[in-house]
Amino acid sequence: MSSDAHHSGISGLGGEVLEHTEVKVSHCYQCGKCSAGCPLSEEMDYPPSVIMRMLQTGNPALEDKVLRSFSIWVCLTCEMCFARCPMSIDIPKMMDFLREKSLKEKKANPRAKEIIAFHKSFLDSINYTGRLYEIGLFVDYKTRTLKIMDDLALAPKMLRRGKLNIIPELIKDRSGIAEIFRKANKKNKY
Amino acid sequence: MTLGFYPGCSLKGSSREYAESVLALAKAFDINLEEINDWNCCGATAAHNMNKELSLALPTRILSLAEKQGLKEIVVPCAACYSRLTVTKHELAEDSALCSAVTESNGLEYTGSVSVLNVVQFLDKYITPNLEGKVVKPFDHKVACYYGCLLVRPHEILKFDREEDPQSLDTLMLKSGATPIDWAFKTECCGAGLSVSRTSSVGRLSGKIIGDAKDRGAETVIVACPMCHSNLDMRRDAINSYLGEKIDIPVLYITQAIGLAIGLDRKELGLQRHFVKVTV
Repeated sequence: MSSDAHHSGISGLGGEVLEHTEVKVSHCYQCGKCSAGCPLSEEMDYPPSVIMRMLQTGNPALEDKVLRSFSIWVCLTCEMCFARCPMSIDIPKMMDFLREKSLKEKKANPRAKEIIAFHKSFLDSINYTGRLYEIGLFVDYKTRTLKIMDDLALAPKMLRRGKLNIIPELIKDRSGIAEIFRKANKKNKY
Repeated sequence: MTLGFYPGCSLKGSSREYAESVLALAKAFDINLEEINDWNCCGATAAHNMNKELSLALPTRILSLAEKQGLKEIVVPCAACYSRLTVTKHELAEDSALCSAVTESNGLEYTGSVSVLNVVQFLDKYITPNLEGKVVKPFDHKVACYYGCLLVRPHEILKFDREEDPQSLDTLMLKSGATPIDWAFKTECCGAGLSVSRTSSVGRLSGKIIGDAKDRGAETVIVACPMCHSNLDMRRDAINSYLGEKIDIPVLYITQAIGLAIGLDRKELGLQRHFVKVTV
């Protein structure tokens, strides 16, 4: 834990958030503007201000609930909470950290399966070609989630309008991209 | 006049009409947009949600390539790419240890010298000064200018426009002969990256946006982001089923609307590619 975390008297997960993101959960005074402005609040198990409070308590059981929450995955990182926070707390940055930690500790909420599958399919596509290959992304996502029928009607409409590339755009330095992925994944596999 | 150009993945695929209209506009004003050689995806939402290192390394490679190519300014029309590139620049500038870690471990030469322009900054700097004389068919419609999230937030880093009630798109549309309306959903999120994995949420969020635009008499919605466009246009079925009515207000990129105002060909602007027929 950084000395900064000691000074603020934050231990546990809140301390880790501070160490890795410089976001001080202790600064939240529970005004609730983040939860009021968050477009996904109503779909979350805990709205953003409650996540902040759970981290402030330093209670390991509540911290575990944060890492297992659906909230951290359905958060769109739209940045509205940060824009409206009177204490300028960078909640989206904190959410990125919590998501990565939740994955690392294999605590990701089962209801977030599709959201995470989409992110993984997206990143795999970049890893292989350097750029997003939309058809590849769809096929990979469907394989992961078995949501075979979803959006099936969309593809022919997109094709007709020239919105889908049949052949992926391959960049030249694919080995360089693969190397970036290999290094990033060594620390923390996505 | 030559500027750098980072189209990003959407502009090469599902939002190619955005690229077409940006390039058509640039051409009409004698600006050459030079694509960054061998560019990669910026990592988008997926990278910063899943792996911080990746979310910094991918944009750094892009900025490094632009430097190598001798580009001073790059035009980044996609609001999400613009956000990722600008946030990465900021993070690397603020933290020299982080900067060394990202660049050295990936063998990237990076000094941070390239300026990143979003589409409005590009238009304001290079198009607007010469726009007035070129408007031959004023875009005489009531428009709802929709900014979404990543063009204006986080303000601390982007320092662009106002984060609540921004004005830059409204000003551009006013200069193109349109009447921008006051409305409540300028900066509310469309659902962005949940488009595929949670389409029902997108139907609700984008539904509120389209519903408010319609209630206030907008004839078209103006956007500056391919994610916003695909959610408001391609997801119109989900929107209509959320609203329980059929709304056929088209969604145009700012570059398409200005293109029409200066008399460019509709096909050159890619209007035929939209799901919701462009009737304006």
